[in-house]
Amino acid sequence: MTLSMNTPEFLVERNLDRCIKCQVCVGQCANEVHKYDKETDSLSCEDLACVGCHRCVTLCPTHALTIKKFPLEFRTNANWTPSTINAIYKQAESGGILLTGMGNDKPYPIYWDHLLLNASQVTNPSIDPLREPMEVKTYLGRKPDKLDFSDGELLTEIAPQVELELPIMFSAMSFGSISLNAVKSLAAAAKEVGTMFNTGEGGLHQDLYSYGDNAIVQVASGRFGVHSQYLEAGTAIEIKIGQGAKPGIGGHLPGEKVGREVSETRMIPEGSDALSPAPHHDIYSIEDLRQLIYSLKEATRYKKPVAVKIAAVHNVAAIASGIARAGADIITIDGFRGGTGATPLRTRDNVGIPIELALAAVDSRLRNESIRHQVSLVVAGSLRNSADVMKAIALGADAVYIASSALLALGCHMCQKCYTGKCNWGIATQDPNLVKRLNPEIGAQRAANLLRAWKHEIKEMLGGMGINAIESLRGNRLMLRGVGLSDRDLEILGVKAAGE
Amino acid sequence: MLREGQVRIPSGCAISGIINRKGNRFSGEKIIESIAVMHDRSNGLGGGFAAYGIYPEYKDFYAFHMFYDNLQAKEDVEHFFNEHFSVELSGIIPTRKVSSIKKSPIIWRYFMKPLPDKIRDSELYEDEYVVQCVMKINSKFSGAYVVSSGKNMGAFKAVGYPEDVGEFYKLEEYQGYTWTAHGRFPTNTPGWWGGAHPFTLLDWSVVHNGEISSYDANRRYVEMFGYDCSLQTDTEAITYAFDLLLRKHGLPLDMAIQTVAAPFWDSIAHMDEKQQKVFKALRITYSSLLINGPFSIILGSKNGFVALNDRIKLRALVAAEDNDTLYVASEESAIRAVCPKPERVWSPRGGEPVIGLLEGADSI
Repeated sequence: MTLSMNTPEFLVERNLDRCIKCQVCVGQCANEVHKYDKETDSLSCEDLACVGCHRCVTLCPTHALTIKKFPLEFRTNANWTPSTINAIYKQAESGGILLTGMGNDKPYPIYWDHLLLNASQVTNPSIDPLREPMEVKTYLGRKPDKLDFSDGELLTEIAPQVELELPIMFSAMSFGSISLNAVKSLAAAAKEVGTMFNTGEGGLHQDLYSYGDNAIVQVASGRFGVHSQYLEAGTAIEIKIGQGAKPGIGGHLPGEKVGREVSETRMIPEGSDALSPAPHHDIYSIEDLRQLIYSLKEATRYKKPVAVKIAAVHNVAAIASGIARAGADIITIDGFRGGTGATPLRTRDNVGIPIELALAAVDSRLRNESIRHQVSLVVAGSLRNSADVMKAIALGADAVYIASSALLALGCHMCQKCYTGKCNWGIATQDPNLVKRLNPEIGAQRAANLLRAWKHEIKEMLGGMGINAIESLRGNRLMLRGVGLSDRDLEILGVKAAGE
Repeated sequence: MLREGQVRIPSGCAISGIINRKGNRFSGEKIIESIAVMHDRSNGLGGGFAAYGIYPEYKDFYAFHMFYDNLQAKEDVEHFFNEHFSVELSGIIPTRKVSSIKKSPIIWRYFMKPLPDKIRDSELYEDEYVVQCVMKINSKFSGAYVVSSGKNMGAFKAVGYPEDVGEFYKLEEYQGYTWTAHGRFPTNTPGWWGGAHPFTLLDWSVVHNGEISSYDANRRYVEMFGYDCSLQTDTEAITYAFDLLLRKHGLPLDMAIQTVAAPFWDSIAHMDEKQQKVFKALRITYSSLLINGPFSIILGSKNGFVALNDRIKLRALVAAEDNDTLYVASEESAIRAVCPKPERVWSPRGGEPVIGLLEGADSI
């Protein structure tokens, strides 16, 4: 064993005046940062193991613990920053791909923060959501070009739709990447608030079939857990082509996470690695996608809308147009800031484009081709609050998916170590001792509260604009203005500059 | 300064409409008197009228009212007209000098029929052919603007107070069975005659009061169906929305109304199953045509008019009936000015249309 050059990221400080040696920290830290020595009746900390998840700090009854960034300064170098240097040390030691969890954390421009919403003043009245109805109900699915009537009777049959009480859904997170209690929390929250959760590619656990009316079931390249009962269980089916955190590559659930229940749900042997291929091996082109879309429609007798999810990549607008024409009812686009349970660091941080630009480009393209109204557009990839949701809808989305925000509601502290399986908050883990830390009933309440809070905020902002139905905001880009953006950015976003 | 079409200008307004349901014609004096009462609802930056039944001797011809900024524009458009239409008659629209009406463009009118060969080559229905010609002139011919393009009807508009505009155009000399009027209060100074209302297409005319907050959602939807919203006004978008729903998609009038002023989901939940299905289909299919924010509009056609409020009645609209005549206006005073004691006066609820049709017409 040669000398490791890895240095701690965090410094764990214990205030001995406050510490009562209760050892809660020792029991709580799955990374084994805290140790108790019986001989000396003292506690010690292994800083190197700390991931900064705050579990110990949150549970310490006397607030004796402090976590700081480890004060270790390299000589200042604008090119060779500590993270780039440390990455090389790690790879020199391991010879492997760098892994990470959650979404891109690099300081790329966040366009949401350069877009501002409008409000009514004088020339039209704002509407008070406490006094007037304010509608945020949304339907996803294929829409006809027109309705046909004969003698006042409606002749047109509307294709199956997903009905949402608010335009926010829980994005795809598989059972496997997150715990059963985390999935249960989101499923129950979705049911309570009237929206959908997405199974991800992990199949649907038997306990969750009762939440089928609030589920979108995913069919990904690994086809884990896909069978006819599964396809029938949800309100819609989503074909996953790619995801924002790892465009162009497949997935890998390590065998350690594949316990009995994951194994049964995914229909793979216990302890075996669950490898999702990078492409679907029956989709090598757009015409193949069309076949899969219609295979799934046939399999469910045209009673479920079929969505296709892609990562936001450079040519996203043309791809989305192809997907609409291939027969998808819903197009889901996941931006490069979207989270994940595990992804190669370099892919996460360097592949794909921001969801704001991708959304604007896709919406504009579909409108130029006069097909935007036929399909629904759902976006994901870091919607951090209700204002981001409003901006996404104004740019042209029908609805949004949230995942990181939802996990934060369950207690995630964004330590980005989901891939280790040692999530101290019981979310991204299959360790029974950790999973039980997340009470699904409390989790459901917290996730539902988040959606309710955002719904209130959305209604307030809608009313402020003089709008009382969310569809009047959809694609209503005049309700947005850009600040601190280049002309080219504004052109792609299709919004005017503030002051114009 | 950017003119209307290059910039979006919100405005408040006054509207008034009168129809004789027996089709008896009356002069423009009455509508001028009505709209003049609401003088303070305009600010002299736009006024206009739509009149139906005014050209009975040319009722089979499309009557194009045109504004030209210069003679070159007129020459270019007339060349275009001669290529696409057979022009029966053309001439200046008579006006009189009014001190408050300034900077008049060249105002001309044409009675025309589309050339049958051209229609055949275009593989379009006649009305769609005319619409395409209108769109082309408005977007491609600099300095030319189509004021109206319907049969046996016309729009008369200018920058000025509506009563002055009526005097300018000598509307007392015209006889029509339906008249609508508009006085404008833009929050900016366009100074462009084309920006005044009513807005028209074929024999549709729309006068509108309010600033719709769904404008860009509505605009971007109708543009997918081939409309070019070159003026960037609410009225233009509303006109195209109705043209799309009624003419192109053939929706029954009540369904078109329930699209732009849709019932709330809560109300739909209380309907019977069959109705629920219809209204759900309408809201799902045409969600982008919901007109949101305050508005009161009068949609005119050869068959009559429909007056409508937004669904939570954020703008005033009053209606009255007296014998065969139906009145609608932003204010009751505008009705009482021309009909002091109507048989019935009422304030329609939000989203509830007031429909005035000619005898024998079953839809607008």
